[in-house]
Amino acid sequence: MYFPISGVHLDPIYLVLIGFIVGILGGFFGVGGSFLTAPALFAAGLPMNYVVGTDLAHIVGKSIVAARTHRVLGNIDLKLAAIMVIGTITGSEGGVQAIEFLKKGGHVEIVVGTVSIVVFTGIALFCAWESWMALGIDQRADPTRNRKQDVTAIDGLARALQRIKLPPRVSLPHSGIDSISFWAILFVSFIGGIFSGFLGGGAGYIRMPSMVYLLGIPTHIAVGTDLFEIIISASYGTIRHAMNGNVDIVIALVMQTGAALGARIGANMTQYFTGPRIRLAFAPLPLLGAIVIAQRLLASHQL
Amino acid sequence: MSVTKRTVFHLLIEVLIYTALVTVYLALVLHFLVGWLKELSAKEPAVYAFVAILLMIAQAVGLERLGSSLVHVSRRPRG
Repeated sequence: MYFPISGVHLDPIYLVLIGFIVGILGGFFGVGGSFLTAPALFAAGLPMNYVVGTDLAHIVGKSIVAARTHRVLGNIDLKLAAIMVIGTITGSEGGVQAIEFLKKGGHVEIVVGTVSIVVFTGIALFCAWESWMALGIDQRADPTRNRKQDVTAIDGLARALQRIKLPPRVSLPHSGIDSISFWAILFVSFIGGIFSGFLGGGAGYIRMPSMVYLLGIPTHIAVGTDLFEIIISASYGTIRHAMNGNVDIVIALVMQTGAALGARIGANMTQYFTGPRIRLAFAPLPLLGAIVIAQRLLASHQL
Repeated sequence: MSVTKRTVFHLLIEVLIYTALVTVYLALVLHFLVGWLKELSAKEPAVYAFVAILLMIAQAVGLERLGSSLVHVSRRPRG
């Protein structure tokens, strides 16, 4: 089928299927899924500038569906999301500026690629190790407790960050946090935003684990809140890219029909898993992203 | 019929109805909107950007409501 905005021929069933698969992952893990969507669209023949913008547009729609399901399940902390949006958008601008700086030196591909591989591999290994340890703690814990009462193998970082006295301090009762510095939340979301602007996509692979390990947010609420936040940050990115002619909204609309179904299934699946199990299943995803990028760099003889 | 079989059966019916409705919807959208969107993206990129995001939000909310309605209808207890 011909898509006149980007001027390419694509199979709509292929687009719906990509949307469906990434929708399940997004609803379950709270990630945008760019590490899968981008190579899939690029391989089908969509030019790279359209890949980035169109993927962001489709992430908006998918995140709305998943976030609405998570809201029904009580997995969204609106106060936390509102603070994080500020950090994400400012961080994202910082990431975009860093890209512009690297473009001038002509090293953007190799620098972004290498940073991505190191960061993704690090997150994957850390999540796998931590969730494996946490599963052991989880099995010794009270079996009658709520699935959403999370356990992590390392909670020292979150406690240290929660002890920072810098005012103003906010309480997040929905996430079970009595008091935390506003700046700590802003810092974590700012770092996520930098990665989003620098590496592209929604950067849920950074933000979801950061919320759990650095802020001490339970995994289910981190997934739901991250999705809610992605709606706003990805909308901002979509508008920016669309104004620069990088969005084929018709392709995004077709993909989103599959993603809407997948996102509902993925979001509903979270109720049947404990936090450590969700994090253990999440661990291979960033590694997959690292492999895709390494393969792309090798193919272009830059690694 | 066991609970698992019933759940899978309901899910299949929901997916089938969803697919049929979405196919009709997409055919209509592609038929009526593509030409206009193409022209808008070339001539008025700022307007296109806002139309694009509004279309995506409207479709997401619409499909989410459709999904919820299908679940309610297909799993309503029958007297």
